[in-house]
Amino acid sequence: MGQDQAITGSDPRLTAGEAALARRELRRHKLIALLLVVPLLLFLLFAFVAPIATMLYRGFNNPAVAQLIPGTLQRLVPWDGTGIPDRAVLTRMALDLRRLAKIRRSGKLAEELNRHLPGASSVVKSTARKLRRKSETELEQKGADLLLAANSLWSKPAIWQAVKKAGQVYTDTYYLTAMDLERTFAGDIQTRQSGQIYVKLYTKTLRMALIITLMCLLLGYPLAYFLANAPPKTANMLMIFVLLPFWTSLLVRTTAWIALLQTNGVINSFLTAASIVTDPLEMLYTEFSTVVAMTHILLPFMILPLYSVMKGIDPSYMRAAMSMGARPLSAFVSVYLPNTMPGLSAGALLVFIISVGYYITPALVGGTKGQMISNIIAFHMQQSNNWGLAAALGTLLLVLILTLYWLYDRFVGAANIKLG
Amino acid sequence: MAADRVDGYLRFRNVKKSYDQKTLVVKDFNLELAKGEFLTLLGPSGSGKTTVLMMMAGFESVTSGDILLDGNPITRTAPYKRNIGMVFQNYALFPHMSIAENLAYPLKVRKKSKAEIAERVQRYLDLIELGDFGNRTPGQLSGGQRQRVALARALIFGPSLVLMDEPLGALDKKLREQMQLEISRLHQKLGFTVIYVTHDQGEALTMSDRIAVFDRGVVQQCAAPDVLYEQPANAFVADFIGENNFLPGVVTRREGDWVRVRISGGGEIEARCADCGDVGSDCLISVRPEKLFIEEAGHDYDNRFGALLKTRLYVGDFIRYFFELDDGTEVVVKVLNDHAAPELSMSEKSLLLSRRRDCFAFARK
Repeated sequence: MGQDQAITGSDPRLTAGEAALARRELRRHKLIALLLVVPLLLFLLFAFVAPIATMLYRGFNNPAVAQLIPGTLQRLVPWDGTGIPDRAVLTRMALDLRRLAKIRRSGKLAEELNRHLPGASSVVKSTARKLRRKSETELEQKGADLLLAANSLWSKPAIWQAVKKAGQVYTDTYYLTAMDLERTFAGDIQTRQSGQIYVKLYTKTLRMALIITLMCLLLGYPLAYFLANAPPKTANMLMIFVLLPFWTSLLVRTTAWIALLQTNGVINSFLTAASIVTDPLEMLYTEFSTVVAMTHILLPFMILPLYSVMKGIDPSYMRAAMSMGARPLSAFVSVYLPNTMPGLSAGALLVFIISVGYYITPALVGGTKGQMISNIIAFHMQQSNNWGLAAALGTLLLVLILTLYWLYDRFVGAANIKLG
Repeated sequence: MAADRVDGYLRFRNVKKSYDQKTLVVKDFNLELAKGEFLTLLGPSGSGKTTVLMMMAGFESVTSGDILLDGNPITRTAPYKRNIGMVFQNYALFPHMSIAENLAYPLKVRKKSKAEIAERVQRYLDLIELGDFGNRTPGQLSGGQRQRVALARALIFGPSLVLMDEPLGALDKKLREQMQLEISRLHQKLGFTVIYVTHDQGEALTMSDRIAVFDRGVVQQCAAPDVLYEQPANAFVADFIGENNFLPGVVTRREGDWVRVRISGGGEIEARCADCGDVGSDCLISVRPEKLFIEEAGHDYDNRFGALLKTRLYVGDFIRYFFELDDGTEVVVKVLNDHAAPELSMSEKSLLLSRRRDCFAFARK
């Protein structure tokens, strides 16, 4: 009996029936696992993937003008960009402007054209107002003349170039603008004549994010080290202080910085009272205030991964290094520091990426000098109503972060990251 | 005896340590070590043995007293200047370095030339029979291999003194025995001095020249393994090292080193007096289970007393008998399994025998 069992038991292969059963079992486990994550997947699809995809699309797609003046654009196709388009186009434009004025949409067209030709807005609006009073038959007969008479700009190629450009449904204009570039009517790409804003702003954003990351590292590393090596009771207590900012509203914390930094704020009152400075320092609404407030807010993101990694580093490493003759500093650099790299890179990456896209704090304490790219994106979404540009700027920001991450992975290795 | 080897290469003089400024963890530690000696600090956890080692390495400060190495006080010397090798319980191999880099570390710190480092690393890799493992990381090695690397790393820079803090604690039994042999082999080959901390008495007995048994910050006895086992100085050592039976009793007569004790379980026992008091004082008789014999004819034994068999435990190479005296004291007897183990009645008292030189009388506290 025992011998029989030994013989059958020695063959590790499954029979066909057993294999089928095992496969079914595996499928069942996979299905259950899938069902468990389905709600999250759906949520992510609607709340995350779809908006980002829309954003990416909107950066290329600009159907507004094409929907407003389809007739004009259609007749403008053969025009080569020199001189004035022929009368049929002008007449159609006059008719379109009248129609838009009647349905109160001429403002939209004015806004869109103004982006390509500053100053076009008022011309479009006033012309539309004038043409609105004419009848349709009158415009069909002498619309071209009336248009040219309404404003001298209509006799210049610039406005028609702007119309043609704005009429493209798929355009790279927004992306080019986001990189301070523009396309001449001939199709060449050149640096934007009307101002260089965005590249400078991206650079500034990256620089500030870097400074904030370094500040967090300088402040967070020693603290994390202390926490990781303190007796559990002290460490738990101090950990609450580290986490405290998470339990306070972001607005409250940022506003507190306003109270501290403003001209008549706590710090300035103290400095003037102590006669350290005679005139109050200009601290609020500067890069400085943004960096200080954001370092404060993002510090826990640096401390937590560092702490968890340091907690796992055996104190005997340092002792071993010293027993082998390494001075404490040398032991730290050659043994401790390399072992904290996973936490360090995780913390630095977290803080850097969060601060690159940070909005509220720079908006509240940064003023104009401390603005970052996200504030401009918000501006284009809320005030200038230029969603296309906002989308392009946002997409570029995403690309930038992904590139940095890729570089990081290339040179440091993302597998190194340990978040907790 | 190892005593004649003591030439004071390493000396602890009245070393005391307190962590909380109130109680002493190490109370007046005095010890001298000969060059090349293998000394083990043995004791239960919290007995102060690791503290002594850490003070020796320089990771803990000495509250009062002196440590002298080769005649020079090193009590206040920084750890990295002491030139003492150390092996840690968890190996403490640097996970971000390869095995070869780990071994090269102390040499690099000492700014040795590249060629010398390479040569010495290879020599030590061969020495621990891991010649082809230089490029691996510690994570790719088994526990025993890691332990060997840790050992080589502590030796590679040629320290004359090596400290080992429970280095085999994390290994399984079989590997532990292999490593004990390995450490002994290297010790004999290279001739360094060792202070070895462990709570495993088997390890201590097999490897050491001398063993210092610690309890509550005090060295209870410091002697060669056989002396420690066969002539324990007090009840703690007798209990801590090996297995022992303890029979409470009262001293009835005393003649020099020998006493006669009336045990409360019934009967009188002659024993060697270790630290017992005068006639009339309470004492404990200790006798090892393998030094007790169950009644057989033709042998000359000094002591005999009656006991009732309670349980018989078959262990394999020996059989363990559990007896009970009249006062409820349990007595264990170990009998070698040579098919001559007696069949005993569980209802009638058997007679237990022992020689008087195997019985020790300790003061009962």
